Amino acid sequence: MSTTLLIVQTLNGLQLGVLLFLIAAGLTLVFGVMDFINLAHGVQYMLGAYLAVMFYGLTGNFFFALILALGAALAFGLILEFAVFRHLYDRDHLDQVIATFGIIIFLNQGVKLLWGASPLSLPMPEIFSGSIVLMPGILYPVWRLVIIGSGLVVALILYLLVGHTRAGMLVRAGATNAPMVSALGVNIRRLFMIVFGFGTMLAGFAGIMIAPILSVEPGMGDTILILAFVVIVIGGIGSIRGAFLAALIIGLVDTLGRSFAVDILRLFMAPSPARTVGPAIASMLIYLLMAVVLYLRPAGLFPAKGRA
Amino acid sequence: MADVALSSSSAARRSLLAGNVLPILLFVAFALLPLFAAFSAEAYLLSLVTRVMIFAIAALSLDLLIGYGALISFGHAAFIGLGAYAVGILGAHEIHDALISLPAALAASALFAFATGIVCLRTKGVYFIMITLAFGQMVFFIATSLAPYGGDDGLTIRLRSTLAGFSVFASDRALYYVCFACLLGAYLLCRVLIASRFGRVYRGARENALRMGTIGFEVYRYQLIMYVIGGAIAGLAGFLLSNATDFVSPAYMAWQRSGDLLIMVILGGMGTLHGAIIGAAAFLLTEEWLSGLTEHWKVIFGPLLVLVAVFARGGLIGVGTRLRGMLRG
Amino acid sequence: MADPVLRIENLSKNFGGLRVTDEVTLDVMPGELHAVIGPNGAGKTTLINQVSGLLAPDAGRIAFAGEDITGLPVHTRAARGLARSFQITSILPRFSVLENVALAVQARHGSSFRFFGSAADEDELNSPALAALTQVGLADRADAAAADLSHGEKRALEIAIALAMEPKLLLLDEPMAGTGRDEADRLVAVLRSLKSRFPIMLVEHDMTAVFALADRISVMIYGRILTSGTPDEVRADPQVVAAYLGDEME
Repeated sequence: MSTTLLIVQTLNGLQLGVLLFLIAAGLTLVFGVMDFINLAHGVQYMLGAYLAVMFYGLTGNFFFALILALGAALAFGLILEFAVFRHLYDRDHLDQVIATFGIIIFLNQGVKLLWGASPLSLPMPEIFSGSIVLMPGILYPVWRLVIIGSGLVVALILYLLVGHTRAGMLVRAGATNAPMVSALGVNIRRLFMIVFGFGTMLAGFAGIMIAPILSVEPGMGDTILILAFVVIVIGGIGSIRGAFLAALIIGLVDTLGRSFAVDILRLFMAPSPARTVGPAIASMLIYLLMAVVLYLRPAGLFPAKGRA
Repeated sequence: MADVALSSSSAARRSLLAGNVLPILLFVAFALLPLFAAFSAEAYLLSLVTRVMIFAIAALSLDLLIGYGALISFGHAAFIGLGAYAVGILGAHEIHDALISLPAALAASALFAFATGIVCLRTKGVYFIMITLAFGQMVFFIATSLAPYGGDDGLTIRLRSTLAGFSVFASDRALYYVCFACLLGAYLLCRVLIASRFGRVYRGARENALRMGTIGFEVYRYQLIMYVIGGAIAGLAGFLLSNATDFVSPAYMAWQRSGDLLIMVILGGMGTLHGAIIGAAAFLLTEEWLSGLTEHWKVIFGPLLVLVAVFARGGLIGVGTRLRGMLRG
Repeated sequence: MADPVLRIENLSKNFGGLRVTDEVTLDVMPGELHAVIGPNGAGKTTLINQVSGLLAPDAGRIAFAGEDITGLPVHTRAARGLARSFQITSILPRFSVLENVALAVQARHGSSFRFFGSAADEDELNSPALAALTQVGLADRADAAAADLSHGEKRALEIAIALAMEPKLLLLDEPMAGTGRDEADRLVAVLRSLKSRFPIMLVEHDMTAVFALADRISVMIYGRILTSGTPDEVRADPQVVAAYLGDEME
């Protein structure tokens, strides 16, 4: 267990955490304000990546691709909202689960149709493509630092928007008691659309930013979607602050857990069983964490609707 | 509607046959299929309908939870997987006797249901859905990391379960009838449970958990017990599944499979028990048919599900009831 | 001097900065009907919620049949005989009227961890249920779905459910809420027939009912008990008339 590895993996954990936050933020707001379970949020993330690849192919420039992809992702999200989700706000969660599940199946197959099943790649911008020396002996990819940085900037913007603007106040109020906000004369439909659109863009942004590091393939949104759900459940539905904290915790626990589980277990048992059991336990860690948190606080750490 | 029918016992006795036409037809159809299949593509039909029956068992157990308890479990496939892996893991150690592997399968799923149910049932609504999903994922990832048992690629099962030394499941026909018996047994068990004192408290909790508490019932306990029973029945389905496919892999408990189970129950008609059977059949048969049409059949399947969710209230049974009502004028 | 069936001592509760229950001390003696009246927002339902266990008080204690129940969960209190009805009707709408009550009977009669047999057919449960329904005048509606009942009938059902629990104390939260004069009179007759058999704590707005039924009245304002006494005493108390009764009395 070297310090270098520890530092690198901590940074990787932060990067995962920030990525999770970008996805979870939109998810928790949509949940909190509209009481809408959107399983299709993961495909927004995937779509962002695919659109970026497509626009990069057309423009040859990452930043143009980023902006165009964000716009296209937003447009697509709004179309989905208009065509499907709007009809489901008043339905019970089960129907929402089924419908958005159907959308996942449709879109996962759809991208296969359009772009084929093999993984695609998106090159990262030249200036960020190297590694820098953080400390003697620690070389870390610049792009991952960019992800961490942009994620923190987004978190700050969200914090200011939600906490210190009138629109943000409406969002927070909506997350606590949407019918009341509507009864007070606020155009709740427009609020929903804005919240939803924002969430879509955040997810798409996450997909675009991670695309240079991971491969872009059908179904890439599915696993991260569940992690995002764990994040918002631990953080408390409707709470940006909760999502931020939970995302970082989960990113760190998962990454560090996977790296060091075997080593930590070796302190207690022989190398061979440690190597077998280690990965299994590592994959369980965040779910155990979730179980403990929910056992003590069944509504998460910072639930928007008050203590349950 | 099922609740009021259950309570008015004299009326129920009168309409005992009438109310049960559909389930009776279903089971007669399942029972007679092998005879019909002998004249055509026997192996294919038998294996297809065997799969339908196995998933029908799992869907039944899920209907117990979502239809009668409003406990929307999005991790139910995990129990199927646990049951299947019990067979697979024991098989890898050359233990093939069903007298050992079946109780092991049931115990594994029941224990997991108990341990996770304790946590899950303290949450409500959306949290419950999410936490069951997450626990299902957890089991999935544990299975993928089980390198000695195939990990991601899964485990082939060399020998189907034997019963005290007899190769009871060896032939597809025999397996078919075993699955049929299990489905019938599971269905009857669920019917009995729902009508019992225990079941009534459980159903009452779905209607108004607060009221049940103020009458003197500790609702949590009843839900936990039902959650364990549901998990165990799905574990039985897993036991049968691994025998039917001679294979077990983490894919059996992917969260998408849990989603499939939810769709089966809703498609057929939630809260009716036989709706789950119909839904399982409709889902798997549609899947089979569509996938024969085009490689990209999921592009059709996805929107189909969306339409089901948006429009088909009460599932196929609900549609059937409305049609009957319209025909009667 | 007999022991009170219910004794509430210095009960207090805050919701944020708002003191909704302020050092409430009150008791219900065996055989008496103790009415709690007061304007809307006085904290009467909050008080009942704390007694039945739905809300935890911040301070004070509650003793029921001589035992401290302050920390006990709702279902345990109910199992001990603390029965309540709700101000906003809380029944099982899709169950029949009979089954609504039969479930309350079931909670007291043997184990509910029976997994076989048809609960709906059990005479052991249905007979006492029917008896309770008869007492409130709903016997002829036994097979109807509870959701199909009129508002007044639902209020009567609430009382029937409480009765079926073989209660040691009835906590009734505005049973007349939303009823017309006729239905209210019927409910008053029902309550009068129950009066001698069960101690009752009755929260009500309907002053006709209160003065017709109560042995003792406590007046609650802003979470505090202003005064307690016999109906005549309370009616005559100038503080009460000024604060509350002045508007209510015809």
